[in-house]
Amino acid sequence: MSGIVVTGISPGMGRRLGRQAREWIPAVVVFVAAIGLWEGVIAAFDIQQFLLPKPTDIAKACWDERHTLWPAGWYTFKEALGGFALGSLAGMAAATLIGRFKTLGSALMPIAIAANAIPIIAFAPIFNAWFDPLSPNSKIAIAAVLCFLPVMVNTLRGLQSASPRQIELMRSYAASNFTIWRRVRVPTALPYVFTALKVASVLAMIGAVVGEYFGGSYDALGVLIRSKAQILDFQIAWAGILVASVLGIALYAAVVAAERLVVRWAPDGRDS
Amino acid sequence: MSQQQPEHVVEIANLTKTFPRGNITALENIDLNLRPGEFVSLIGPSGCGKSTLLRVIGDLVEPTQGTVTVNGKTARQARAGRDYGIVFQDAVLFDWRTVTKNIALPLELLGWDRAKRRRRVEEMLELVELTGFADHHPWQLSGGMQQRVSIARALAFEPALLLMDEPFGALDEMTRERLNLELLSIWEKLGSTVVFVTHSISEAVFLSTRVVVMSPRPGRIAGIVDIDLPHPRGVETREEPRFFELVTQVRELLRLRGEHLLPEEAAALSE
Repeated sequence: MSGIVVTGISPGMGRRLGRQAREWIPAVVVFVAAIGLWEGVIAAFDIQQFLLPKPTDIAKACWDERHTLWPAGWYTFKEALGGFALGSLAGMAAATLIGRFKTLGSALMPIAIAANAIPIIAFAPIFNAWFDPLSPNSKIAIAAVLCFLPVMVNTLRGLQSASPRQIELMRSYAASNFTIWRRVRVPTALPYVFTALKVASVLAMIGAVVGEYFGGSYDALGVLIRSKAQILDFQIAWAGILVASVLGIALYAAVVAAERLVVRWAPDGRDS
Repeated sequence: MSQQQPEHVVEIANLTKTFPRGNITALENIDLNLRPGEFVSLIGPSGCGKSTLLRVIGDLVEPTQGTVTVNGKTARQARAGRDYGIVFQDAVLFDWRTVTKNIALPLELLGWDRAKRRRRVEEMLELVELTGFADHHPWQLSGGMQQRVSIARALAFEPALLLMDEPFGALDEMTRERLNLELLSIWEKLGSTVVFVTHSISEAVFLSTRVVVMSPRPGRIAGIVDIDLPHPRGVETREEPRFFELVTQVRELLRLRGEHLLPEEAAALSE
């Protein structure tokens, strides 16, 4: 039996899979134990379901309501994705311009760093007033603004962290500024950019969901979570949060996968 | 256009370099000519401006006064014409490029086609004895191997002039001596002109045809020692009496440096 399963997998690959599995085992054990503890504590102390529903009840709600939950999740995910793309691209473009024109940078960077400390999510109701609260645009806008600053600040830092020696070497080859940018500054910046994109992917999902808490289409996940909580349907609210988490993790994982594809030169064992 | 082989690969006349920040005079009244095929070391205490002098030759730093001619052209024209290759103290390799692609970088900038690049990289890998490491990334190599890649990159487009700024300064003594031997055999094979900045007296004497001893700031030429050790040189060269005589001569010049020699005195010492 096992002979058939192993066929086609080289010994090296088998070892690698084995090692990966071993690395994952502790995390899986902790996760399962936490879920078990959660279930047990609720049963033992008779905790009310509006305080904390049982994991099994949440899983059941997730299944029963799958025809409303997942389309709502997809609706919100598209908003987050749109905001993520828009904000990140704008952040990279702004960093490129600021990196190119030094005076622009010295004028804008202190402001950008100060703005980075503002809890932008607090603007969510304002964005709903600026754009149509029922349209996805207001959520895309808040997600985009949330993504913009970290991506811009990190990209700029990356573009500026090219080694002076490497630039001197390129100048010894009489390379143009554009060539130096393309062959030295951009590759140096890429790991910084991906670090920012990972942060931004999380922020985009938060922005979209929280934006919806302040009003939005009935097709949206945030609206669904809020309305179910209001009518004390807590299993479904929790199931909605679970869907938001799964989609958020999926977006994050997609960025990590893209990073592995693009930043292939980095040594093994990097964190992600 | 008749291109005559210029008498000197590098001509430095009345060169002075001051840095406005802190009003530091790094180099003062430097006159130096390098003949084709020479291996010239610049040696001196830290801060004597030997690295600055190297960068002025490479047009990476602009002189305040005086002229620098490389291959009969201005330093600017020579850089634009890719007349020299440069090697720094650290290898300055690009992590995102394999060994092959690091060596091929100047060739890419020169617009060589892929097949021609590949052939040349193979030759260079053989020259620095790194065949088999073509697809490695820099972080997979030891410091000595990285510096060999850097030398291969500097030589890949066959520049007439090789500028080296303490290339082996960060390496351990054993690796350093091995790379000294390798560099000598490469230089004997290719016949390029080398300007070599170093802190090590024995390294300078072992490698060079001439050693230029510099005084502390403001950097001046304290004396020039002709190294008449026969070629090819090998491990045994370091054990010859003449080697020790020359090392002593350079050391004396370095020791007297602080006392601001008159040019006549310096000339007398370097005889």
